[in-house]
Amino acid sequence: MHQEELIPHLFRTEYRKIVVVLCKLFGIEHIEIAEDIASDTFLAASELWGLKGLPENPVAWLYTVAKNKSKDYFKHHSIFLQKVTKEITFTAESSTQIDIDLSAKNINDSQLAMMFVVCHPCNSIEAQIGLALSLLCGFGTEEIAGAFLTNKETIYKRLQRAKQKLREEKVEIKQPSRAEIDERLPAVLMTLYLLFNEGYYSASNDAVLRKDLCLEAMRLTYLLVENEQTNKPTVNALLALMCFQSSRFDARINEHGELVLYGDQDASLWDNELIEQGKYFLDEASRGNTISKYHLEAGIACMHTKQEDSKEKWENILQLYNHLLIIEYSPVAALNRTYAFAKANGKKEAIIEAEKINLTANHLYHSLLGWLYTDVDNQKALLHLQTARQLTKTLNDKKLIADKIRKLTG
Amino acid sequence: MKDFLLVFRMDYSQMPKRSPEEMQAMTKRWMDWIGSIAAQNKLTDRGNRLEPSGKVVKPNNVIADGPYTEIKESIGGYSIIKAGSLDEATEISKGCPVFLNGGSVEVREISAM
Repeated sequence: MHQEELIPHLFRTEYRKIVVVLCKLFGIEHIEIAEDIASDTFLAASELWGLKGLPENPVAWLYTVAKNKSKDYFKHHSIFLQKVTKEITFTAESSTQIDIDLSAKNINDSQLAMMFVVCHPCNSIEAQIGLALSLLCGFGTEEIAGAFLTNKETIYKRLQRAKQKLREEKVEIKQPSRAEIDERLPAVLMTLYLLFNEGYYSASNDAVLRKDLCLEAMRLTYLLVENEQTNKPTVNALLALMCFQSSRFDARINEHGELVLYGDQDASLWDNELIEQGKYFLDEASRGNTISKYHLEAGIACMHTKQEDSKEKWENILQLYNHLLIIEYSPVAALNRTYAFAKANGKKEAIIEAEKINLTANHLYHSLLGWLYTDVDNQKALLHLQTARQLTKTLNDKKLIADKIRKLTG
Repeated sequence: MKDFLLVFRMDYSQMPKRSPEEMQAMTKRWMDWIGSIAAQNKLTDRGNRLEPSGKVVKPNNVIADGPYTEIKESIGGYSIIKAGSLDEATEISKGCPVFLNGGSVEVREISAM
C-alpha cells in the first residue's frame, strides 16, 4: 500500500483505537484532549513519513508517538491538573510512570466501555449514533453529516452538546457492571441496530459510506459477542440479523447505485459466508428463553436467504411478522406482514388486510396495494401505483414505480 | 383511542377432540387474527389463554369446581385492544376465530382506575 493510501487506511482503523484508549485513561472530562492527541499523531505521521519514508511498523510508530504525546501532555499539564482538575481519572504523579496500554485487549475493553458511555440515556438516540460514529468508528463530522443527510455544522454542534451532556452526568468510562449491562444493553443494541439501518436503508447515494456504516455496526456488535459478560442471546440475534441483511449488500444495489428489489436480485451475488455466520449466531441466540424483536427480525431475514418461493416459506415469514408486530408495531413491519400474508394466504384475503392497516400517506402502502390488485383489478392497481409515484420523494423510487406502471399498462 | 377488553368464551369440552393438524390450523388463525390487529397498531396487550380447570369461590366458603360445570361456555382467554369506540372494537372482534368453534367474544370498554 502506498503512503497516500496507507495514512487514510490507518486513520480509519487506528485513530478510533487511540482515541478510545486515551479517553478511558483521561476520563470523560477530557475527551477533546484524547481526540487532539490522536489527531496530532496522524498529523505528525503525514508530515514525517513524507520526508523520511515509511517506518518499519507504521502502527507501532503511531502508538509510540501517541504515547509520547500523551506523556508530554501530562508533563506540561501535571501541575495544572493536580491543582485544578481533581476528577481526572489519571493522576500524574510522575509522567514517566504513565502506562498507556495500546494492547489489543485494552483496546477492545476500552471500546466496550465506551459503547456503554455513548449509549448513556442522557443523550437522544440521534446524538448516541453520532457519538458512536465519532468516538467508536473514527468517522469525521463530514462523513457523519453525509450519513444523516445534514451539514457539518449541525453534526458538530450535536456532538459538542452530546459530549457536554456526558460531562455533566459525570459518566465514568469503565467496564460496565453486570447490573449496568442489564440496564443499558437494550439501549446499546438499539443504537447499533439503528446504526446498521442507517447504512442499510439510508437515502444517501454514497454506497461506500453506507457499507462502512453497516460494517462498523457489525464490528461493534461482534465486540459484544466476544465479551463473555455481554455475549447474550439478544446480542447474537442482532448480529445474526446484520449478517443476513448484509449478505445481500452487493445484490441489492446495481452498477448504477440503484436499489434492486428482493424479488429481482441475482441470488448468486448473495454472500454465502455471511449467511452461514448469520445461522451460527442465530443458533447461539436461541439459548435461553428470551425472544426479542432482533430474534424475530433475524428469523425473517434468515427465511429471506432461502431462494425458493414456497408457500411454507411465506407462512413462516408471516408468523414471524405476527409475533414481531405483537411485540412492537411499526408501519414497515405492518406492510411487510401484509406482503407475506398475501404470499401465504392469497391476494384476495390480503387486500382486506391491507385496507385495514390504512397507511394512506405512505408510498409503500400504495405500492403494496398496486401489487395486490394486479391481476385482480388492474384499474385499481394502476390508481394505487400512480398515488405511490406521487407520494415518493426519491428519484430511484419514482423510477421503480414507473417501471411497474409500464409493465401493468403494457 | 380507548382500551377494550375482549373476553373469549368457548366450549372447552370440544378441545381434546381435535387432531394435531386442526390444532395447528387453529393456532395459525388466531395468530393471523391477532397479528392483523397488531398490524393496525390496535393491540394493547395480546393477553393470555386460561387453563380450563379452575375454582369458583362463593359466599360462606362455598367452593365449586370449574366454571364450566355451570355454563357451557367458559372463558378461554382475553386480549386488550385499542379502538376509537365500542362500535369499532366490536367490528374488530367480528373476525375472531373463536366463532369457528361456536364461541363468543364479549367486548367491554376498560374504565381506567
